[in-house]
Amino acid sequence: MSEIERPPLPNGIVAFVKRDCPTCEVVAPVLRDLAKRVALTVYTQDDVAFPEGLEPVDDRALEMSWHWGIDAVPTLIRVEAGEERERALGWNREEWQQLTGVEALGDGLPDWRPGCGSLSLAPDRVDELRARFGGGVLRSRRIELADLEDEYEAMFERGWSDGLPLVPPTEQRVLAMLGGTKRAPDEIVAIVPPDLVPCTVEKVAVNAVMAGCKPEYLPVVLAAVTAVCTDEFNMHGLLATTMPTGPVLVVNGPIRRAIGMNSGMNVMGQGNRANSSIGRALQLVVRNVGGGRPGEVDRATHGNPGKLGFCFAEDEEGSPWQPLSVDLGAEPGRSTVTLFPGEGPRNIMDQISRDPESLARSFAACLRTLHHPKLLIAFDCLLAVGPEHARVFEQAGWSKAQLIGRLHELLQVPGSEFVRGAGGIAEGMPEQLKDVALPKFKPGGLLVVHCGSGAGLFSMMIGGWVAGDLGSKPVIQEIES
Amino acid sequence: MSTSHSTNAGAPARILVDPTSEREPASKPRLPRLATLAGKTVGLLDISKARGDIFLGRLEARLREVGAEVKRYTKPTFTKPAPVDLRHEIAVECDAVVEALAD
Repeated sequence: MSEIERPPLPNGIVAFVKRDCPTCEVVAPVLRDLAKRVALTVYTQDDVAFPEGLEPVDDRALEMSWHWGIDAVPTLIRVEAGEERERALGWNREEWQQLTGVEALGDGLPDWRPGCGSLSLAPDRVDELRARFGGGVLRSRRIELADLEDEYEAMFERGWSDGLPLVPPTEQRVLAMLGGTKRAPDEIVAIVPPDLVPCTVEKVAVNAVMAGCKPEYLPVVLAAVTAVCTDEFNMHGLLATTMPTGPVLVVNGPIRRAIGMNSGMNVMGQGNRANSSIGRALQLVVRNVGGGRPGEVDRATHGNPGKLGFCFAEDEEGSPWQPLSVDLGAEPGRSTVTLFPGEGPRNIMDQISRDPESLARSFAACLRTLHHPKLLIAFDCLLAVGPEHARVFEQAGWSKAQLIGRLHELLQVPGSEFVRGAGGIAEGMPEQLKDVALPKFKPGGLLVVHCGSGAGLFSMMIGGWVAGDLGSKPVIQEIES
Repeated sequence: MSTSHSTNAGAPARILVDPTSEREPASKPRLPRLATLAGKTVGLLDISKARGDIFLGRLEARLREVGAEVKRYTKPTFTKPAPVDLRHEIAVECDAVVEALAD
């Protein structure tokens, strides 16, 4: 956090009190006694007539309390040459005597009594105070709206929206959002394409507010921004392509449960705030910071509804297999987000197969059709196996590697089927490949994740766009708090 | 207790924090249009999409007919922006450039 200049305290002994605190009431006579013997300044948080007979300084705006980090009242501070030397919280005779150098304080009072919470930390005040006094940490331009301007319309007019209403990014909300990470607001997270703009934690937070995120989602959004801005993920190309693809986020590890993500029923659908807003926040960063907007660098012919935000969690607890994150090299138990450059999900429906070979053949037949049954090797796929399908493989003892291996075998396609003109279809691979067999997916190009509800013999497939060095690769990023 | 257009502090949200890069796009004036192609060097940039080479081959023949010098360039992949060194090379060596998109 950037340093903010705080208003100075007077030298001598300083006390912070409020009337609405029984301990402050109890120590009022002690303060009157002290005032006769040392240079005492009392700041009152709620009532300028309290403590009686002391002419306290009005801190009802809580500016001094905020800047000097008062946690409890009464707080006693010894100040020398403008610097805090010592501090005591609540009433404690020994501490007060040592701090003030005055003997025999508070005759007749108990030796010790805890204080009350400072008003500057009251839940209904803290966001406003943080904005008023801590707003200096925000470097972004402030945009003042005219009295007659509706803030929701204003955000649409300024081009910040993906087409849906946004939560207004007020200073309070942005500062509260920044509370979701330990990272400094001015830290650069990534260079965001297509404009190649250095993007700070603060800018990510502003867009996360607009997307509807809670502060605890911010670490996921930050990790996702880092991941999409790598050369491997190639966000510029993914934006610019005419294909209907965008960033798809899969979250693994303990953070899924901690922030209440959905990995079960309707996992890729609507209705879960974390799933819906995290993916949206990422896309708003690309739009507003990177400058990647439809009709400009984004040239998608059709796009897909997932480009509003497509984020879900893996059902690790119900899975017979290790999580996707571990497949991609992460340590088990770590929170990660995996970015896959994908189109919308499509259903694989097989309600009859009860043996793994039959089900694998169903998968292969459907996977073959991704983008086009005659176009091979060029695209990756994220295969989301539903729990009821996973159970078929589990009961037969098939590992995930075994399933992927079998799918690769089943997806070896002879040239006679895929060359241009074959099957009476002009589209296809070049004629010179007619005597070879090619795989639908290159090795490592088929990723498997486990999610969905416990009822329904379905799985989902999400096709990629140009795979590998020529296009985009999936990227996994660990989530930092 | 608060109105529908209010922040969590109860006051209307009248000041917003800018979510954008706050960048003014750098604008560069276009070079003047060439009066003639004769004797000029025209760069042809193939972005590595299918059949772009065929299109550029025809273009090269037509340009040579009107007396232009032609230099051919190729991007490593159409999915990523041209490397900065390639862009600089074209800018230094050519008077004009044609970037070909094909499929």
